[in-house]
Amino acid sequence: MSNRMKVAVLVVLALGLIALFLFTHLRGDFDYVLRSRSEKIVAMVLVGWAGAVSTVLFQTMTNNRILTPSIIGLDSVYMLVQTAVVFLFGSTTLTMMGNTSHFLLSAGSMIGFSVLLYSFLFRREGQNLYFILLVGMILGTFFQSLTSFMQYLIDPNEFSIIQDRMFASINNMKTDLLWPAGLLIAAATLYTYRHLHELDVLSLGKDHAINLGVAYETVVKRLLMIVAVLVSVSTALVGPIMFFGLIVANVAYAFFQTYEHRYLLAGAALFGVIALVGGQLVVERVFTFSTTLSVIVNMVGGVYFLYLLLKERKAW
Amino acid sequence: MVEVKQVLKRYGGKTVIDRVSLSVPRCKLTSLIGPNGAGKSTLLSMMSRLIPKDGGEIWIEGKEIARYRTEELAKKISILKQSNHIAARLTVNELVSFGRFPYSRGRLTRQDRDYVREAIRYMELEPLQDRYMDELSGGQRQRAYIAMVLAQDTDYIFLDEPLNNLDMKHAVQMMKVLRKLVDELGKTIVMVMHDINFASCYSDYMVALKDGEVVCEGDVSSIMRDEVLRGIYDLDVRVQTIENQRICVYF
Repeated sequence: MSNRMKVAVLVVLALGLIALFLFTHLRGDFDYVLRSRSEKIVAMVLVGWAGAVSTVLFQTMTNNRILTPSIIGLDSVYMLVQTAVVFLFGSTTLTMMGNTSHFLLSAGSMIGFSVLLYSFLFRREGQNLYFILLVGMILGTFFQSLTSFMQYLIDPNEFSIIQDRMFASINNMKTDLLWPAGLLIAAATLYTYRHLHELDVLSLGKDHAINLGVAYETVVKRLLMIVAVLVSVSTALVGPIMFFGLIVANVAYAFFQTYEHRYLLAGAALFGVIALVGGQLVVERVFTFSTTLSVIVNMVGGVYFLYLLLKERKAW
Repeated sequence: MVEVKQVLKRYGGKTVIDRVSLSVPRCKLTSLIGPNGAGKSTLLSMMSRLIPKDGGEIWIEGKEIARYRTEELAKKISILKQSNHIAARLTVNELVSFGRFPYSRGRLTRQDRDYVREAIRYMELEPLQDRYMDELSGGQRQRAYIAMVLAQDTDYIFLDEPLNNLDMKHAVQMMKVLRKLVDELGKTIVMVMHDINFASCYSDYMVALKDGEVVCEGDVSSIMRDEVLRGIYDLDVRVQTIENQRICVYF
């Protein structure tokens, strides 16, 4: 089966799942049900797309297939902001906060953090990418500790509000944010699309990429920004999903067996949509909302991650 | 013309390349020799802009290396490092096609494909061209990388230990190919060599580095001498002439 065919099959599968999600179990007010379901679909497509694309980009840059962008500590920034708001102003401020201002606050702080981190670290020429990741990881851990410290201090009832935000959930997604989020993700995707071939060269590694005339530092800097935007937007929209990108990226590598990013990115994004819509179908229709999507994703993803680790170990 | 002027490289406080100057002769095979840690690979990496230099100038065909746009430079020089682990799954043909990236930016024209085919033929990889890189032996893989460099079609080719991991037969094959590139295609090759006798038998020009400085340079007959090599390697060696080749005995 050619790679084009494989993409076509995935498109059909994704559309089929979306139709299943939209049009089965229709009860009550059709207009209302359809509208709320399509909003969910749009959110899942955006989050699936952003999670998959950001992970593939990140793994291509680092030449490492078991890293996820969460290593730069963006979800720790997200949790820190949520906790700090509750800690300083009380949980009512967080729950009553308008969606737009909450989105701006969360996404803004994450993107701001990345801009600061990169501009600080890229000021020196010839900086090692892994050094940046390491700094991100350390800062992430620091933010996590700060977060848990504040969580120990606050009222347990307030903590339960934060806990809600700790896991991604499509059900408490904010619908009026779909437009700005969609625009940001589309812009990031467009940029990526125009640099597909450079991504192919980047997957050969830094030395080969420079040798073949890729402006390595500039490209990596911009890609890191793209990754930061994608992760921030999707996290601000539904909350942090840890293993999701990792699974869909690796499933795409295994399915396509190619280095070409036009297939890898499209494939991973489609797998992302399929996994989220399929997962949400299971959550809503099988578990009847007794669990959330991210619990399922993290469980499946965690198991798959262990499998990847063991497989990599054997390969050496 | 590649000219290195007063180039400096420091790691932390330690100077690994100390104001090295060097001009690379055109259409010749030049070997960089010297003990471990002499700075050979570092120098080669700076000459091919893989790592930034901390001082001095490197002129390539009348222009300083930092003033080049990197894609323009990719049509003039190519570099192959010694360890080439690639995470992506590639066939030989796909790898060699990457050599055309500086010209095609990923969209191969018919002319690009001709270059790729020619490079594969030149390295005798035709029967292997649809095999995946991870299915090849070390020698075959090394040939595929050289084919990629050939497809890149640059006048200058820099190689960091091209004989790494090759057995005697494949090492000789590799050196003969490099010789042919110089003699038939008029390429200028600079390579880091560890095996002094391979360097002696196949190169035109030798540059010896020690502790980050050039200790001597010249054609093979001027470097392959007892006293010169003893100075470079701090080892009691003797050079003998066997079948018109200068062979260093160091065991």
